[in-house]
Amino acid sequence: MITNTGSRGHKHTITAQVLDRPGVLNRIASMFRRRGFNIASLAVGRSETPNQSRMTFVVDTDQDEIVEQVTKQLRKVIEVVKVTDLSKEDIVARELALIKLKVSSATTRSEIVQIVELYRAKIVDVSADSVIVEVTGDEHKIESFLTLLNGFTVSEVMRTGSVAVPRGRKAPLKPSGQKSK
Amino acid sequence: MKRTGAQIVCESLLKEGVDTVFGLLGGAILPLYQTLPEYPKLRHILVRHEQAAAHAADGYARATGKVGVCWATSGPGATNLVTGLANAQMDSVPMVAITGQVPRKAIGKDAFQETDVTGVTLPVTKHNYLVLDPNDLASTIKEAFHIARTGRPGPVLIDIPKDIQQEEVDFKYPESVELPGYNSHLPSQSTQIKKASKLIAEAERPVIIAGHGVIISRAYGELKEFAETAQIPVITTLLGISGFPENHLLSVGMPGMHGMAYANMAIDESDLLIGIGMRFDDRVEDFAPKAKIIHIDIDPAEIDKTVRTTVPLVGDVKRVLAQLNRQLEPQSRVAWINRIDELKHDHPSHVIKESQALLPQHICREIWEVTKGDAIIVTGVGQHQMWAAQHFNYIKPGSFITSGGLGTMGFEVPAALGAKVGKPKETVWSICGDGGFQMTLQELATIVEHNIGVKFAIFNNGFHGMVRQWQEFFYEKDYVETRFFYPDFVKLAGAYNMAGFLVTKKEEVRPILEEAQSIQGPVLIDFVVESEENVYPMIPAGTSVNEMLEAPPEKRLIDSKDAST
Repeated sequence: MITNTGSRGHKHTITAQVLDRPGVLNRIASMFRRRGFNIASLAVGRSETPNQSRMTFVVDTDQDEIVEQVTKQLRKVIEVVKVTDLSKEDIVARELALIKLKVSSATTRSEIVQIVELYRAKIVDVSADSVIVEVTGDEHKIESFLTLLNGFTVSEVMRTGSVAVPRGRKAPLKPSGQKSK
Repeated sequence: MKRTGAQIVCESLLKEGVDTVFGLLGGAILPLYQTLPEYPKLRHILVRHEQAAAHAADGYARATGKVGVCWATSGPGATNLVTGLANAQMDSVPMVAITGQVPRKAIGKDAFQETDVTGVTLPVTKHNYLVLDPNDLASTIKEAFHIARTGRPGPVLIDIPKDIQQEEVDFKYPESVELPGYNSHLPSQSTQIKKASKLIAEAERPVIIAGHGVIISRAYGELKEFAETAQIPVITTLLGISGFPENHLLSVGMPGMHGMAYANMAIDESDLLIGIGMRFDDRVEDFAPKAKIIHIDIDPAEIDKTVRTTVPLVGDVKRVLAQLNRQLEPQSRVAWINRIDELKHDHPSHVIKESQALLPQHICREIWEVTKGDAIIVTGVGQHQMWAAQHFNYIKPGSFITSGGLGTMGFEVPAALGAKVGKPKETVWSICGDGGFQMTLQELATIVEHNIGVKFAIFNNGFHGMVRQWQEFFYEKDYVETRFFYPDFVKLAGAYNMAGFLVTKKEEVRPILEEAQSIQGPVLIDFVVESEENVYPMIPAGTSVNEMLEAPPEKRLIDSKDAST
């Protein structure tokens, strides 16, 4: 069974709220590089607080000590306001991918449309010889979607990296998109 | 009121209590220099190389406990500060460095003397700023000083474009800083204090390892009370030296690669290590295998970084120790203290061998006797540093200033300059290697110009001595590039118009030291010491206390014969 906490295998999800100051991304990226921490993905965007952004890091490590060091070293960065280690939290994590596929025939196009529907993805651009597909989900969904597309000619993949929010304390519903696969 | 950016810098520095700036001028910082005469309360010391400005600010900060300030121009001026910033960062020294930058409109265009200084210094500062709006200047300086001196101290750099130094804006120095998140993650300590007190009460062979944090937070009294109440022997790390009086019955000296054998053995035998304001480093393997660990440090990231801690106590050393002291019952550990005395007796690492040769260890001892211990000792890195750490009996708090974490050769000259400027009434001895001295000796000009009475003792062995020692031990005396030409240091002193002495014999040491002490201004003594003298004990890098070499080979050979029979 797939658990939906912030740590999956070697992937650990950490979020940080940071002041919107010039160079803050560089500062944090530099810290990761200097300390030898491995970032699998990093996503940044404005948060609900004015002049503050929120970052989601997915850190690739099999050692809990590394995750602990990452959070501690993040807290030392002056612009970092708050760090949350979601490794052991129940979270909702999503990333978005845009995939451009070469389409050689109408058959290929309809096959693609079928897979897209199965994954609740979207076709966002169609041209004579290509389509662009938008898919949202956790990393595993994106990975399996991409695997299914192996039979087609993928010309470009653009992924945002994961963003994550911890769930409310008592989530009563089993949300969609989390069906066991 | 309207002020130019340059005036804002000067007035803000005065508001922060700064009295001295070490610096070197250049185009991009010229507006600041041209404003200096308006502020006679800001003493400027013109160095000959910007690296020295940073090290002098570092030495000044360590000697006084205040934030050291240095500045330099853009480009090469700023990059020359980098070693000094890295040194201060590694040893947690409060410093503010200001650099001139090319005008805003030229930034990013590869202008003359343009360097991305915030980019270059990012990993070697606690924080840094590029000011792009003159209205932000005052609040940035306020923040920089706050960050430099609070929490775990460190260097903060402010890069100020030339046109901002010239522009006039309204000036009002802010009362407070707004830094949400900064230093906010300090957990409550009361349960941890209880756990720690329990561990201490239960321990049979506890050892304190006191580090730089004791000196930074001026926790001498608290540490003494703690050690005496709980009867725990105190080991001081290289940077912790002078945080606990070495003539105290509970003092066990320095641990580590060139630490006292008995200190390393005490750690090895201990069942509880109490690290106070120190970080566990990479220099010794298989560290304290039997011990539980209590770690007191202001930086949460140091906890569990290299060793697993049983009880972490995050906070200012002085405050945490005071809290612990309130919980502690007086204890007695006669057996353990006796065991430590036995280790000291059987492994007398601080004993200097009988010899008519001019031994550096002997000079350290003599400097201690001549100054009666009432001096600030400054060193760079290498053999001279280890001998100064081992053979001077540090009793006075904060009397040892050395480049610990970064291990910077050449630190000893400008840092001594800065220490003496900060503490003009103190005797300051700079113990130098002939290698390190040649890296920053241009500052003799600064020292003579301002009549800064530093006494230089050069341990001149004609080698990069510590590296030579490694070549002797690990590369069969294959002395690749460690022997080098050196100038006539006494003539050099003469060229700078300062007193210089040559000492080649043991019996000359005392009278020359006494003469040097009686001279008001700067003095240089060239001690031509035994060239292949080694630092003992030594635990080779990456090995354990069991591999320790306690004494020169002759003795080791005899010992190993004894062991085989």
